[in-house]
Amino acid sequence: MEGLFFNVNCGFLEGIVRGYKSGTLTQAHYASLTQCETLEDFKTQLSATDYGNFLANEPSPLSTATITDKATQILVDQFNFLRTNAVEPLSKFLDYITYAYMIDNVVLLITGTLHERDTHELLERCHPLGIFDTMPALCVATNVEELYQSVLVETPIAPYFRDCLSAADLDDLNIEIIRNTVYKAYLEDFYNYVSTLGSPTADVMQNILGFEADRRTINITINSFDTAELSKEQRAKLFPAIGRLFPAGNNILAKADDIDQVRQVCENVGEYRSFFDNSASAQNNGDLGDLGVAAQLEERFFRMEVHLNKLSFLQQFQYGVFYSYMKLKEQEIRNITWIAECIAQDARDRMHDFIPIF
Amino acid sequence: MSGTGPRENVFATRMALTNTKLRLKGAETGHSLLAKKRDALTTRFRAILRKVDEAKRKMGRVMQLASFSMAEVTYTTGDISYIVQEQAKLATFRVKAKQENVSGVLLPGFDVDRVPGSDFNLTGLGRGGQQVLRAKEVYAKALETLVELASLQTAFTILDEVIRATNRRVNAIEHVIIPRLDNTIKYILSELDEMDREEFFRLKKVQGKKKRDAGKAEMQAIADEEDSEVLKRLDEQQEPTVDLLSSKDADIIF
Repeated sequence: MEGLFFNVNCGFLEGIVRGYKSGTLTQAHYASLTQCETLEDFKTQLSATDYGNFLANEPSPLSTATITDKATQILVDQFNFLRTNAVEPLSKFLDYITYAYMIDNVVLLITGTLHERDTHELLERCHPLGIFDTMPALCVATNVEELYQSVLVETPIAPYFRDCLSAADLDDLNIEIIRNTVYKAYLEDFYNYVSTLGSPTADVMQNILGFEADRRTINITINSFDTAELSKEQRAKLFPAIGRLFPAGNNILAKADDIDQVRQVCENVGEYRSFFDNSASAQNNGDLGDLGVAAQLEERFFRMEVHLNKLSFLQQFQYGVFYSYMKLKEQEIRNITWIAECIAQDARDRMHDFIPIF
Repeated sequence: MSGTGPRENVFATRMALTNTKLRLKGAETGHSLLAKKRDALTTRFRAILRKVDEAKRKMGRVMQLASFSMAEVTYTTGDISYIVQEQAKLATFRVKAKQENVSGVLLPGFDVDRVPGSDFNLTGLGRGGQQVLRAKEVYAKALETLVELASLQTAFTILDEVIRATNRRVNAIEHVIIPRLDNTIKYILSELDEMDREEFFRLKKVQGKKKRDAGKAEMQAIADEEDSEVLKRLDEQQEPTVDLLSSKDADIIF
């Protein structure tokens, strides 16, 4: 039944998104991009793609940061077009996508405020997707309570912050914990929301969000090894209560002390089994030990994410494509930045380490 | 002889000669000591030069690695610079200065002092924390190379300066002071010789004069003596020459 009326409200936007998607860089594009000798060549090559001449007005010594900024701007423009044309419930779904960026921005502002930085400088650094009207007011807050009462209560991410109001003071450690607590709440909320949308959106999105949650869980576990600041109880509180690893895997991960325990947990999930298959990477990162495995892991997460997001395009009449498009495009921007960085730093041997999308 | 080169402005006396000779000896000792110092410093300098070269090459590689690891971080987590900047409160990477003595030259050296632990352990907790850690490690290594290079470079500059100064001194002693003292000694010696000769000549002259005077006096004495004898004789001769016949003596009554 959903399929019957889907196109009434969202058919246009889905068409747009699928059109955008066909504009993502292909293997052939990447092949020609990696051939570039200088960033100027790179710019010329990019202008032949859907990015067009987005760098046309940039002054000549091109920096990779500029390329990233401009590419992000294109994505933001596309998203804003989608968002303005969307109606319920797609508009709410799109809003949910922006919440993740809002959380990052809020955390950034809090960090800056703590150290009495210039507000304008901070606002420039915020992700354009996560900007909301009352954001500049965040700079006046000095503790979480005040922050919540004066600013955040008005914003859609207020419920997520409710959980961490217990944190007495804002200090650097707490901020990182707050960020992760809030993100966890956000993921769970998003997960619940897509569940209400019903199949097939729920099917697609639950998969992606579940993976996102598992990825955070594993990352938090690995990154909190050997740190005294984050106790195991605190660590357990940061794990999203969704995903394939939940609940049994999360419980083990909360107590894990080394990477082997993480490996064992992942063995239980078929899709994640390959993450720790380090036979191929052993010789590359042999000297780095656990650090190398973890670094490799991040790349495999990215591959998995791209894979899952690509899958969502196989289903029609669902909202997952919007989320997936955003994620794929972000990955593409990362790829472009990576290649640009490799060109700028003349590291040709690492240039092919990006993750091609299509 | 004494006018062939610059010399010190001294009175040509034996005292000055002794003094100058002592100074010459001192200058020669100083010269050999400074030359030794110069050699030692140059050896050290060469070693440091080689190390600087190595360190600079290494720095090139390490810095490239470091900035590349930063690119990896950007790839996985996005821009973390702000968060890291804000969270860094206590320097975990410190530089300690020490001093090393190379033949009397104090060379400053820098030592890396890493405090374990960090302020941004939890950066990238949700994503890319490992990359952040790795970038941190790589940058710490790059910094170590930089610190090493810094101490080498400082030592290099200071040694260079000192070697120049020492060289200047060695050359000054060799080419200015020692010749001057030599000249002074020669001058004093020649002056003294001159004075000797003068004195000798004067003495001779005096002697000659004295002799002449003595001779004169003797002659005079002889002459005087002769004179008086003649007079005596004259006196004696005059008396008998009185013509007794022609004179009439009143006493004679006939």
